[in-house]
Amino acid sequence: MLDKALKGSKSYWIWIFVLLGVIGTGFTFYLKQLDFGLGITGMSRDVTWGFYIAQFTFLVGVAASAVMLVIPYYLHNYKAFGRIMIMGEFLAISSMIMCILFIIADLGQPMRLLNVLLYPTPHSMLFWDMIVLSGYLLINLVVSWNVLDAERNSVPPAKWLKPIIYLSVPWAISIHTVTAYLYCGLPGRGFWLTAILAPRFLASAFAGGPAFLILLCLIVRRVTNFDPGREQIQSLSKVVVYGSIANMFFFLCEVFVAMYSQIPEHLDHLQYLFFGLHGHGVLVPWMWTAMALIVSGIILLLIPAARKNEAVLAVACAFTFIGIWIDKGMGMVAGGFVPNPLHEVNEYFPTFPEVMIAVAVYGTGFLILTILYKVFVGVKEELAA
Amino acid sequence: MENNRRNFLKFAGVTVLGLGSLSLLDGLTSDDVIASAGQTSAEEIYKKGANALTAKRWGMVVDTRIITAAICRKMENACHQTHNVPDHANKRHEIKWIWDTEYKHAFPEKTDLFLAERFEHLPIPVFCNHCANPPCVQACPTQATFQRADGLVLMDFHRCIGCRFCMAACPYGSRSFNFRDPREAIKNENPEFPTRMKGVVEKCNFCAERLAVGKEPACVEASDGALIFGDLEDPQSEIRKLLKENYAIRRKQNLGTNPSVYYIV
Ligand code: SF4
Ligand code: SF4
Ligand code: SF4
Repeated sequence: MLDKALKGSKSYWIWIFVLLGVIGTGFTFYLKQLDFGLGITGMSRDVTWGFYIAQFTFLVGVAASAVMLVIPYYLHNYKAFGRIMIMGEFLAISSMIMCILFIIADLGQPMRLLNVLLYPTPHSMLFWDMIVLSGYLLINLVVSWNVLDAERNSVPPAKWLKPIIYLSVPWAISIHTVTAYLYCGLPGRGFWLTAILAPRFLASAFAGGPAFLILLCLIVRRVTNFDPGREQIQSLSKVVVYGSIANMFFFLCEVFVAMYSQIPEHLDHLQYLFFGLHGHGVLVPWMWTAMALIVSGIILLLIPAARKNEAVLAVACAFTFIGIWIDKGMGMVAGGFVPNPLHEVNEYFPTFPEVMIAVAVYGTGFLILTILYKVFVGVKEELAA
Repeated sequence: MENNRRNFLKFAGVTVLGLGSLSLLDGLTSDDVIASAGQTSAEEIYKKGANALTAKRWGMVVDTRIITAAICRKMENACHQTHNVPDHANKRHEIKWIWDTEYKHAFPEKTDLFLAERFEHLPIPVFCNHCANPPCVQACPTQATFQRADGLVLMDFHRCIGCRFCMAACPYGSRSFNFRDPREAIKNENPEFPTRMKGVVEKCNFCAERLAVGKEPACVEASDGALIFGDLEDPQSEIRKLLKENYAIRRKQNLGTNPSVYYIV
């Protein structure tokens, strides 16, 4: 089926080469990082994880959100989602690959990555994260590829796929839960030390992921002959708004606990993010922007007339996606490290090379996504013909 | 279906190849790996000699009544010289095994509005606590950070993948990461202790390499009696006697990490 990605229009190939160019440019920065070390990033002794790990965390959420199609379709027999199921799974696959690349980009000694498997360490959450993430990638590859192949041959998907699909539901939950456990089990980091971190990760994932999928559906409709469907898009928009509201609710619960209890270890980080601490506050404008975007997204999505207008819907989804990206991608990680365990404020902001490397990883993800979607649309067009 | 399975096998093949080439790269690149095959694995560095000092659980007492800024400088120099700790100009790349800070930073949860005057600006030396229940060991996915039977929390620099999970886990900021090649920033290299490579974490090791040859930690020797080292489990040891007679506190005791460093106040 992959051969379908080799036949495309001129604009398809331009897009592919643009992506390759982006990847190539970013890769030169990565070579520089390999040579010099992670010192070319904005990270420091106090903020030891930054942009890369933040993107990783965010993308695990995007990957997990495929479950928001699987549950209605396979567990509630909501047939409409069958049409875009594979789009969700392909998005999950490319997100997982980006996650792996971000982890590699973040390692000080990437060549030793396999040490995690050579010396398996069950008391480390990172070990479990590696297991659930690779498992999830594998599940999605097997399921999406086989379902699409069956569709192409106009036969029902093989029976052995069913249990794997059911397994993918708890598995999707597990990848984001274990990713939250990386953070929320650390004794000295008050910002992350909250049982609601995993639920909140999931809620924001179920808003951000489907919001992005809606945008992808709108793009696919515009640039190909395949229409993902109005009903599908409208149903997804309801998932987005439920997820986004749950995310804000969990966030407000956190804010209440920190503000009402006034325990400094918990309060200081929130204060740093939203108001600045001891005169430091590079993230303050970012955090308020994120909140404004998320809240406006919710308002737009809640109004039926607005939601049903696809132009407005696109804006609302972009707001939601970007807002969650800032909150989870910048605030969540850096916010946990400032102030540091000695209660000193040393701030973090990504450097240009760091951002370029991240852009290259996104470029790779989009390249994979483009190829997969090309195959998917190709199969659909073939069937329609 | 056939076709499909073949595709899948192809994919699996590519994945395995990819992972395989990673380890190949590992073999081809850095001198670090060559060194690891040679003399500087954790076992080699810390191999105990005949006159090794031993204990059930090593611990340290810091007598803040004796501490001065000058003593702090001496201890820091002694440690960093002994362990080839680089001195980078850029603060973001900083590496430190022992340093001194104000009371309010060493004990942020014990700060007080009306703190005894002596403590306002007293330099407090801080370093790895060699916690009995160390979150860094729990977090490390490769066991590059591990706890020895005598309580020392040590590192294998050749196993560390540089994920910095241990740094997120340590509630005391005791760890440093080599954001760049440290070897360029070492002035007088001590040939007795290995230098590190970029991309790995390091921290105070309670001078395990010195204990192994019968010497006390370098900072203790340089401390003019402000630091006292010994066996916490031995009721006859000097540090146990000190702890019996003086009120001592530990950093962030409430977190359950059970630090092995006590501060007499
Ligand atoms: S002080 Fe930090 S690095 Fe040292 S043992 Fe405790 S947790 Fe680990
Ligand atoms: S940076 Fe090294 S020592 Fe720290 S957790 Fe990762 S592998 Fe272990
Ligand atoms: S015990 Fe050794 S390694 Fe630790 S601070 Fe003192 S001199 Fe440095």
